[in-house]
Amino acid sequence: MTVTQARNVVPPLMNILKFKGLPILQQLHLEERLFRSSSDNWCIINDGTNAPTIVMGVSGKPSELLELKPVLQDKVPVVGRFTGGGTVIVDPGTIFVTFICNKDAVPNVEPYPRPIMSWSGLIYEDVFRGIGDFHLRENDYVFGNRKFGGNAQSISKKRWIHHTSFLWDYDIRNMAYLKVPRRAPEYRSARSHVEFVCHMKDYLSIPDFIGRTVKVVGTHFSLRPMQFEEVNIHAKTSFDHSSRLLTDTELEAALVSQKSLYREDTGSSQV
Amino acid sequence: MASRLWASRAASYLRLSVSYRGFASVVKDLKYADTHEWVKVEGTSATIGITDHAQDHLGDVVYVELPEIGASVTQGNSFGAVESVKATSDVNSPISGKVVEVNEELSNSPGLVNASPYENGWVIKVEMSNTGEVDSLMDSDRYSKFCEEEDAAH
Repeated sequence: MTVTQARNVVPPLMNILKFKGLPILQQLHLEERLFRSSSDNWCIINDGTNAPTIVMGVSGKPSELLELKPVLQDKVPVVGRFTGGGTVIVDPGTIFVTFICNKDAVPNVEPYPRPIMSWSGLIYEDVFRGIGDFHLRENDYVFGNRKFGGNAQSISKKRWIHHTSFLWDYDIRNMAYLKVPRRAPEYRSARSHVEFVCHMKDYLSIPDFIGRTVKVVGTHFSLRPMQFEEVNIHAKTSFDHSSRLLTDTELEAALVSQKSLYREDTGSSQV
Repeated sequence: MASRLWASRAASYLRLSVSYRGFASVVKDLKYADTHEWVKVEGTSATIGITDHAQDHLGDVVYVELPEIGASVTQGNSFGAVESVKATSDVNSPISGKVVEVNEELSNSPGLVNASPYENGWVIKVEMSNTGEVDSLMDSDRYSKFCEEEDAAH
């Protein structure tokens, strides 16, 4: 192989940041800042977030997606994130893996939702090779027909972000805060949350999952471990985030709207 | 043959250029950005939307994030976004100016972007600040070729 040929096969550089228990809103703020103001490629892995939090996609409406009475009663925080997609409830049993890429770093992947999803599907196929019946199914990560990873994306002119929340473990009681969404994949077949999802812990340990992920990503990129303190060298220090915590006022207004919708649908005043 | 003739006449009436190789449609009198937005310029007024190529690659649009009326837009920069297949995708402005109207219909019917990308699926109207910027955009023939080259590269 000539020097020129060798240069051509050097994989692009990707910074890798690892956290444990980083609050999800902080993670989303970091991701949006890196996505919009850095020109590097990034992989972020967060082993669990500190407290149960509901996270909705950019177009999510609390009145349609959440059981607001218990959410307000139990003071569950609700975050609106900057990427598309559906609603999840994340907690210390959730593992997050995020890729932020320059489109030129993965030139065979067109910067549109489905090609990016196919690319990530192939990455995770390698991660889960020999473990369970892994598939990318209607844009979800599943073992068999049970979802264990939800993902979402944001795409700009030159970069894209693909982030996933993996259900390594979860508290069944938390699922009660979420309604069955109106827009759902066909394979869900109207199943409740409990019948639709599964635990990743039934398949592999956290160190094994993170180890496998880092190994597979390392075959596509040249990984550079980075500490959080170094991030400011690579991205703007102050940034106008769009991911935010919804206020009680907003959630209470959504509850009023939810109650009147229920009255219209059923002719009843009980929610 | 008759249906192809009808389609050709309909395309001509709508000033659509339709290739039978299955490529996305373009409209002759519009100008195009390399980020797949179109602009219709009438004096200093511009109407902006996303192209058929873009809507086809994005998938079913379920939400459109619109700017405020009065907001400034800059050539090449994002002014809003569309959501499809769990992704938000930036919509960039082909020209600079001030937003004077947004397509409120898209709030209730975001699918208009897919069904009618050049007509009812328009996104914003802008009072242009520099009509010379149009010269840096592609015409329909150049844009068609650009789309072919981009698709062939992947």
